[in-house]
Amino acid sequence: MDAPRAAVDMEALSLRIVFGMLAAIAMVFLIGPTIVVLLTSFTPSESLRFPPSGLSLRWYWALIDADQMQRAAWASLIVAFWTTVISVVLGTAASLAIARSSSKWVRAADVLFMSPLLLPALAFGFAALVFISRMHFSPSLTFLVLGHVIVCVPFVLRTTIASLTQLDPALLDASQSLGASGLMTFRRVTLPLIAPGVASGAFLAFMASFDNVPVSLFLSDERTEMLPIHLWQQIDTNLDVRTAAVSGLIVILTLVLMLIAERMAGLTRQLAR
Amino acid sequence: MKSTDSPLVLPLAALFVAFFVAPLCVLVALSLSTDANIASFTAAHYVKFFTDSFNYSILFETLLLGVKATLVCLVFGYPIAWICARSGARLQSIIVFLVILPILTSVVVRTFAWIVILGRQGIINQVWTAFGFEPLRLLYTEVGVVMVLAQVQMPLMVLPILTVLTKMDPNLADASRVLGAGEWRTLFRVTIPLSLPGVIAGCILVYTACITAFVTQTLIGGARLIYMPLNIYQQAIGANNWPFAAALSVIFMVAVLVIVGVLNAIGKRSEVYGRA
Repeated sequence: MDAPRAAVDMEALSLRIVFGMLAAIAMVFLIGPTIVVLLTSFTPSESLRFPPSGLSLRWYWALIDADQMQRAAWASLIVAFWTTVISVVLGTAASLAIARSSSKWVRAADVLFMSPLLLPALAFGFAALVFISRMHFSPSLTFLVLGHVIVCVPFVLRTTIASLTQLDPALLDASQSLGASGLMTFRRVTLPLIAPGVASGAFLAFMASFDNVPVSLFLSDERTEMLPIHLWQQIDTNLDVRTAAVSGLIVILTLVLMLIAERMAGLTRQLAR
Repeated sequence: MKSTDSPLVLPLAALFVAFFVAPLCVLVALSLSTDANIASFTAAHYVKFFTDSFNYSILFETLLLGVKATLVCLVFGYPIAWICARSGARLQSIIVFLVILPILTSVVVRTFAWIVILGRQGIINQVWTAFGFEPLRLLYTEVGVVMVLAQVQMPLMVLPILTVLTKMDPNLADASRVLGAGEWRTLFRVTIPLSLPGVIAGCILVYTACITAFVTQTLIGGARLIYMPLNIYQQAIGANNWPFAAALSVIFMVAVLVIVGVLNAIGKRSEVYGRA
């Protein structure tokens, strides 16, 4: 009886080794670039060689005078803020309907709302530009935010609908049979229970908007340059070392926001279910 | 309750009709018209696309690029999800956190990191030439584009598979082992077939994300490797040929929808198979 038992264990071991190695290689590739950006951003020299010859905050200090980059960063933050606000309000309302209704119109709306995730955002950006110029408007902040909402609202919907479907309907019945109105039930029962899902979706929508290139490329007016597009042009042309410092700053802020989202809303649990 | 909630879908639906459906309809109309004013109609732009081998080879290369990057994601992403599903809650959180980090970090920043890594004097070439080899060309090659796309889109593969694997009844794999199947046999005959819905969902998300990843394709691929998004952008902004850019967009979107439709149909069948 001992021999086959040992054979099975060998097999289990080989599977673990192969999968473990594949996963380990993948993890190095996943994390490596982030570490490279962080270390490169502290370089004291004029070049972007890795590993850097030392560590300094020289290029971070240089950002204080980088007016163009600061303006672009503000523009991106403002657009991301309004995109998130509108996406959360409209997205949460729509999620309530989608999670509870089985009407085929609501199903169809759900498919429509998710389609920007699959369709090429660049084609949508172009279509939106064609559309507003047909209507004799010109690109503006309003259109830019609306365009961002279209491509960012699926993130809010996805996490909010997931929390709503895990909500025990008995809680809502209890609240209503105790005399609470629909709005009161939403505010006192539903909203606190789905808040982590909504917050995770809001976080993803904010990051997606802050990071968006394909829609901004067509819908931002000449005066407002968005940060990712500004950085893109920097990388494409002269590879300014300040770009490394901005990149390092973005990585640090992303990590901080992710940790906050993890502590407050359990981001990883929201995404893994 | 049910009927009173449905109107809540209307505000977002109104926004989508006004600012998503309507623009796409105008785009289709533009792709069928002779000039940017949409005055008279013609199929010339579609004829031009399908009779010009340069144009349809770009579409083909783009669709193929997605297949390559998706396969890389699957080969490396499935083991991550498999290990993650077997880990404790804390380790699971850490793995998911690390997996989603690249997709949440700005795309331009990520691409910038890869330029530092893949460049002629980048990290990979520093190690490579230290062994006495000639420097590798990675930046501005398809291999480089596939590597970067796979890294960035990995979470879209790992998360759906992880969801299916954590919901799977562990007794099924145990039963397979008790009945004498080895670990590998159990993996290929039980675990993978049962997780197919997650695999298909992951493939759809990764595939569509990879073929439409304009920034990554352009910065890592450079100006000589042209994929559909860059082609559309060059026609719309560079050549200012809006009707042809619209036709390219429509063709690209239809191609994406057909592929998603086929993968979805396979996914539906695999769910039936999973239940049986």
